[in-house]
Amino acid sequence: MQRLFGAAVPLLAALVAFACGAIMLVAVGADPVEGLRALVDQAVGSGPRIATTLVRATPLLLVGAGITIAFRASVVNIGGEGQIVAGALLSTIVAIQLPNLPGILLVPLVLIAGALGGAVWGAIPGALKAYASVNEILSTIMLNLVAVQFMNFLLRGWLIDPLEVERGTRIPQTARLSENATLPALIPGSRLHLGVLVAVLAAIGAYVLLWRTPLGFRLRAVGHSPEAAKAAGIPVKKSIVTALALSGSLSGLAGAILVFGSESVRMVTDGSAAGFTGSAGFNGIVAALFGGLHPLWTIPSSFLFGGLLTGATGLQRALQVPAALAVALNGIVVIFVVSSAKVRTRLDQLANARSEMKEVLKDA
Amino acid sequence: MATNTGEVMLEMRNITKRFPGVLANDSVNFDVRAGEVHTLLGENGAGKSTLMKVLFGLYQPEEGEILLNGTPTKITSPTHAINQRIGMIHQHFMLVPTLTVAENVALGLKSGRRPLTDLKAVARGIADISDEYGLAVDPNVDIWRLSVGERQRVEIIKALYRKAELLVLDEPTAVLTPQEVDELFAILRDMRNSGKGLVFISHKLHEVMALSDRITVLRNGKVTGATTPAESDRSKLASMMVGREVKLAPDKPLVEIGKPRLTISNLSVDGDRGAVAVDGVDLEIRAGEILGIAGVSGNGQRELAEAIAGLRSVKSGSTISIDGKDVAGMDTRDRRNAGLSYVPEERMRDGAIGDFTVAENLILVDHGSDEFSARGMFKFAEIETHCSQLVSDYAVKTPSLETPTSSLSGGNIQKIILARELANEPSVMIASQPTRGVDIGAAEYIHSRLVDARDRGMATMVISEDLDEVLGLADRIAVLCDGKVMDIVPVEGATKEQLGLLMAGVKS
Repeated sequence: MQRLFGAAVPLLAALVAFACGAIMLVAVGADPVEGLRALVDQAVGSGPRIATTLVRATPLLLVGAGITIAFRASVVNIGGEGQIVAGALLSTIVAIQLPNLPGILLVPLVLIAGALGGAVWGAIPGALKAYASVNEILSTIMLNLVAVQFMNFLLRGWLIDPLEVERGTRIPQTARLSENATLPALIPGSRLHLGVLVAVLAAIGAYVLLWRTPLGFRLRAVGHSPEAAKAAGIPVKKSIVTALALSGSLSGLAGAILVFGSESVRMVTDGSAAGFTGSAGFNGIVAALFGGLHPLWTIPSSFLFGGLLTGATGLQRALQVPAALAVALNGIVVIFVVSSAKVRTRLDQLANARSEMKEVLKDA
Repeated sequence: MATNTGEVMLEMRNITKRFPGVLANDSVNFDVRAGEVHTLLGENGAGKSTLMKVLFGLYQPEEGEILLNGTPTKITSPTHAINQRIGMIHQHFMLVPTLTVAENVALGLKSGRRPLTDLKAVARGIADISDEYGLAVDPNVDIWRLSVGERQRVEIIKALYRKAELLVLDEPTAVLTPQEVDELFAILRDMRNSGKGLVFISHKLHEVMALSDRITVLRNGKVTGATTPAESDRSKLASMMVGREVKLAPDKPLVEIGKPRLTISNLSVDGDRGAVAVDGVDLEIRAGEILGIAGVSGNGQRELAEAIAGLRSVKSGSTISIDGKDVAGMDTRDRRNAGLSYVPEERMRDGAIGDFTVAENLILVDHGSDEFSARGMFKFAEIETHCSQLVSDYAVKTPSLETPTSSLSGGNIQKIILARELANEPSVMIASQPTRGVDIGAAEYIHSRLVDARDRGMATMVISEDLDEVLGLADRIAVLCDGKVMDIVPVEGATKEQLGLLMAGVKS
């Protein structure tokens, strides 16, 4: 009963957040009921819309699952954005180099390349932390910037579409990539592609890794107590690098999926990270937090945030309110849910005190 | 010694405090007179701390009453207790490391020049207290610069500054070196002689014998004995605490001493602050032998253990070999594979992971072995069998294998560590402070397991600040002073006096 109530707290928090969102809508002169209806309708109102939501949630889930791995090893990875970009670049290069490979080989290959690119981009701050005591929060954020500029550099130079050079338009984008690399649809004719399944499997894989394998055991041991891990003979520095590399590999996978699950079938930059990632590298952190930093809970949590993101466009269209309002709504949900963790512990304490009292009265 | 002339300051009558499933205090009677040290002796979980928390207003008893100077008083909060001139020195210090001594003492008190602070007045007050009781502390120095012993003095000053007449000291010696203990005891005796009432909580028998005027023994929440040092001795007190006869030193059968298993020569190690901590140490431990390392804390014991375990780098020219194999260049993992096992001094920091389950801590070292995993996945059935076996073999008291380790007592956690470290029949064990802060019953058990392993041919190094432990366990004793081995003596004929002189750096 008390556990049920505990689980209800984040949902309650989400409701309160929506109430706040409603107040914001009223403040700009829009009908909140209509707004909510439009939001839900856009997110899950039809088959294609659900597919869009799931596709939108996919990078969040991958980044979020990666965050949970890093977190369990006591490493904070804010580098999702950069790792997405690194993964996308490496997978794009592979696809450009091997245009004639059949899909059955090329799809796995670009996914692996994406994971590899992200892993390398994660391993760098991991190694800096392990061997040079560089704070990983700083280094991962900084490497986000480096990755974006590197992407701009490559897409304006080596990887630029030869047609853009010929025409002199010089839009920073690659040529159309091999269609063999396009992620196959899970349901024919729908936008729902293989990437969604890969993300769910990756989250389950993160759970299995952390709690069912010696490698995950080592990561968690290092996360809880580097001193005890070291005394037991666990390589602490190597584990930190591994945790960030694994975390980065899932973000890199998200990068590959963003490229090969998109309809443009090419990598484009508008000069910013968000232009390519849609801020999935940050929203994924939010999804992981909402999921209690547990890889399995991150699955529904990511789908919820995916729904909020796609629903926001519906809200914007129906009420003619600025899209920034929807972003603000996301922020409010996060604040309420994260602070609800505090409420939950307080409730647990109360419940414990009460059962203690009952016990005592029974004895007396 | 006992000054029975003092007024009864505190009387706790028939105190009963229950927690779910536990009767923490069962009609406990306890009183303190002015000018005495009344010791509350008992194993962990016997109800000593609960009783004192009732006194300090942190718990309300279900039954019973508290009389302060003859007046029934209901103590509702720590603040209330402090106003009633009760002071408590907690085991874990309640000091802000970045503030000065004076600031810490002033914390929570109203200043004479509100809203401004009046640290000069506080410093004068501290100086007066320092003079009266020989508690030398500079009021203007930051807490983080102070040693553990000095921090404890600040805690005592804090209580005295709040005009405490009745002072409760919850296991004050747990964190102190023997010298600091002596200094503390001198201070406490001064305070007693000036008419304060002191409650001393401990489970270290020799300290209790040395300091107390009266002793009350608690077991499972009940008072099981009230005595004085004159009427009792250590083994009587131990029996009262544990409820059965206790062997304070293990039986050690004669075994044949075998080949050298751990050989250390010219070992030099730097300490944390760069100065040499271990200075050219040569030691050899043979199969079937326990070498005790005696010494005042901070004379290189920790660095010696960590260097052997591969957790601290050694200076060039140092050699460490296990069963003839040179391990000085190896990491901890490889040294463990070569036959080393290690019971660290800081149990909860280096020995076990509090947030891990009992089972996880039991496989912390061997989790990667083929026995427990195949193709990168754990074999949970095998792990469970192995861990249940260890838990029953080592009499670990735990509700289940999935229980978080931090919820167990220190003695049980130490048994888990020992079970894990002895599981592979190691050739060499380094055991640092194997029974510090552990119940007498558990300590007895741990000693007997160490002796069993020695009888089977393990070479053991036991590092301990407890001379009784060293004398009871070891076959030979090496005394460390200032990072050097002063002397190595056989346990037969070794006396505490002789060892004490060596520990102080005096060579006969």
